[in-house]
Amino acid sequence: MESLLNPQAITEILTTSLRLSVPLVFAALAGVLSERSGVFNIALEGKILAGAFGAAVGAFFMNDPYSGLVVGMLFGMLAGSILAVLGVTFGVNQIVTGIAINIFVLGITAFLSRIVFGAQANTLRLPGFKAFDFPGLSSIPIIGPVLFGQDLMVYLMFACVGLVYFFLYLTPWGLAVRAVGENPAAADSAGLSVPKLRYGCVIAAGALAALGGCYLVLAQVFLFSEHMSAGKGFIALAAVILGRWNPVGAMCACLLFGFFDALQLRLQFNYQEVPHQFFLMLPYLISILALVGLVGKPRPPSAVGRHYRREAK
Amino acid sequence: MTNYKLSLENISKSFGTLKANDQVTLDVRPGTVHAVLGENGAGKSTLMNILYGLYRPDEGRILVDGQAVAIDSPRAALAAGIGMVHQHFMLVGQLTVTENIVLGMKGQGLKLDLATHVRKISELSQSFGFEIDPEAEVMKLPIGMQQRVEILKLLYHNAEVLILDEPTSVLTPNETGPFFELLERLKSAGKTIIFITHKLDEVMTIADDVTVMQDGKVMASLPKSDTDPANLARIMVGREVLFQVKRSSHASGPVVLRLADVSASNTRGLTALDQVTLEVRAGEVFGIAGVDGNGQAELAETIAGLRPVDSGRIFLSDSDITQTSISDRADKLGIAYVPEDRHRDGIVLDESVAQNMILRTYDRAPFARFGFFNPGAIRDHAERLTSAFNVRMQSVDQEIRFLSGGNQQKVILARELEGEPKVLIVAQPTKGLDVGAIEFVQQQILVQRDRGVAVLYISTELEHLLDVCDRVGVLFSGKLMDTVDSSEATPERVGLLMAGVAA
Ligand SMILES: Nc1ncnc2c1ncn2[C@@H]1O[C@H](COP(=O)(O)OP(=O)(O)OP(=O)(O)O)[C@@H](O)[C@H]1O
Ligand SMILES: [Mg+2]
Repeated sequence: MESLLNPQAITEILTTSLRLSVPLVFAALAGVLSERSGVFNIALEGKILAGAFGAAVGAFFMNDPYSGLVVGMLFGMLAGSILAVLGVTFGVNQIVTGIAINIFVLGITAFLSRIVFGAQANTLRLPGFKAFDFPGLSSIPIIGPVLFGQDLMVYLMFACVGLVYFFLYLTPWGLAVRAVGENPAAADSAGLSVPKLRYGCVIAAGALAALGGCYLVLAQVFLFSEHMSAGKGFIALAAVILGRWNPVGAMCACLLFGFFDALQLRLQFNYQEVPHQFFLMLPYLISILALVGLVGKPRPPSAVGRHYRREAK
Repeated sequence: MTNYKLSLENISKSFGTLKANDQVTLDVRPGTVHAVLGENGAGKSTLMNILYGLYRPDEGRILVDGQAVAIDSPRAALAAGIGMVHQHFMLVGQLTVTENIVLGMKGQGLKLDLATHVRKISELSQSFGFEIDPEAEVMKLPIGMQQRVEILKLLYHNAEVLILDEPTSVLTPNETGPFFELLERLKSAGKTIIFITHKLDEVMTIADDVTVMQDGKVMASLPKSDTDPANLARIMVGREVLFQVKRSSHASGPVVLRLADVSASNTRGLTALDQVTLEVRAGEVFGIAGVDGNGQAELAETIAGLRPVDSGRIFLSDSDITQTSISDRADKLGIAYVPEDRHRDGIVLDESVAQNMILRTYDRAPFARFGFFNPGAIRDHAERLTSAFNVRMQSVDQEIRFLSGGNQQKVILARELEGEPKVLIVAQPTKGLDVGAIEFVQQQILVQRDRGVAVLYISTELEHLLDVCDRVGVLFSGKLMDTVDSSEATPERVGLLMAGVAA
């Protein structure tokens, strides 16, 4: 047991927690933004994957991580646009559209990755973002290395949380987005364009979720592998609910999940006599318990998932 | 060109085969109140939605200050100085008053300066004598307050022309007076007001000009001084309207519903009903008068079983039903309840008219057989009821959302009056209905009475109440002040009781 509680181990667990949370936080922010505008976003998983693939392609051809970031976000926005066109313009059921996008992205990225990377896919080492230390700050005991010894994308993530929060609660557009998600008819009547706002949010959400995928490729594994999103989009979806459609809340939910994931990795390592599946369960169990117990009754934006049309012919 | 503030020229609009507006022309003089009258489904809201840019007209044009303007969205309407308060309010309940008001305002910069808006809105609201907390969540405000928020919103956006779609149907009679004072003030501030209503006396009180519509067409447009209520009613309905239903005298039977010292609390936990004792007999219409919010809703809900009693007992033909469940009261004991907020509690907006007609009976023959719906029977049933109640619509398969406000009301009334209840509780059945429809609904209630139903008729509209009731009880702060026989119930006497002055 002492090996879990020494400062060194705590720092390691916390660092791992944060790093495991990053892709979730980006995706959860995307979920918050799009659901606040009234579009159900079950396609987060596909957008993470699209972002990961884009990041790999960009970094591979341009040989620098920033290009990876840009291409990854573009791919995510492309996936977002599909959801916007089908879900917002044509009123196709948003859950069906989301599932379709997930399946489509899974297939197309697996196919294209073979064409692009060919045989070297699994041995590739793409350029990426390296962790760096803030001199002085990173030597604060225990939390220093956790908060001040990370790579650029971790700080980008915190910045995005702040930005989404600022946007939603402190700008006129954020107010408009919240109104559209609660009562599109009222927003329409107030002179706002419901489709434009929803397009904006869904496409921006595509870019945000894609950043989660970029992180996987550019800061964690430095290559692209099939289905590397591995269900993170769905965990992010739960974090959106747990965080009550609030960007800061969603971030906390992701951090909670990341913490238990890191903890279970550590426990697996420390208690090898226990079947590892038992520990693997831990983060999921905790999030289910949190969803059931802690939050009371979460109330989603009233219009989420519902197509808005002004008049019927 | 003449100096009209606003002109609509030859506006037409069809929904499928239905011509909701047919070559409508309307001229509004600046600084006046222009009333638009018409039966349920005549096309008033459609016309106003066109003027406000929510619907596209098939043909016709709109002139503001003599200039043709293209109004293809609410944003364009607001830019042209036209604002609208809808029949069913367009507020985001989860946002605050201020947030609702500034929503959609242009030129706000990057950061929303709510504090300044809060200050300005509270100044504006005080200058009109509204007591509104600009930071209150809209959902938690009573409906009369929400209306003020809607009006403040138009004023804050500097609208010159205010379209008010049935604003008085959500107000209680004692709120109407102050509301008209407000309209006068707006008028003297130079605003032009289009005012939709079903109440002829309101037209005579507040309007300068009147336009009457029927079946999508303008039947007449004239200054108020050239007309009178009977004339307006004739133009509107196309026949003579009796302002009084024929009520035969009728012997009532044994006591069916009895409340003994019933007390109950409202949603906030305060006493809403205070030791109410009353009896309703078979074949009797018992009226509940009172200013809105004096316990009427709680009274209806305790009898229907939606609200528990704190003390006291409720009897149905001598058996104690105080603890009986809602569904047993409705299905087994025959207590029918038509709630006041029918738009919220009575219909499913996304479903068809026919489906809404069987909300209570969907699982029974002939609508369901072996667990499957029988579409033929459901349609026939809906067609029979809608034609009996003269519901205007394209077909019974149409989503109820697209019916006019008054026609939605009729669907629920038709459904609830159709069963064969022992006790019928109706709250505000005449709200939002045109004069013809009111007459019809009241007759239906009397038909139920003559069949031996015990009817509890709750209304804040005293005249309608005195028209149909055999006895009237007056609620004041949750207490039943007194019960008066209809032969002795003069508006003056009941009015005093409503104000809490015991006889
Ligand atoms: N979006 C729509 N789709 C289909 N039909 C519609 C739509 N809006 C209105 N209608 C139909 O047009 C007709 C006119 O409706 P409108 O709402 O203008 O009536 P109204 O005069 O405002 O009546 P009320 O007094 O009952 O409010 C009605 O028959 C209604 O069913
Ligand atoms: Mg209407």
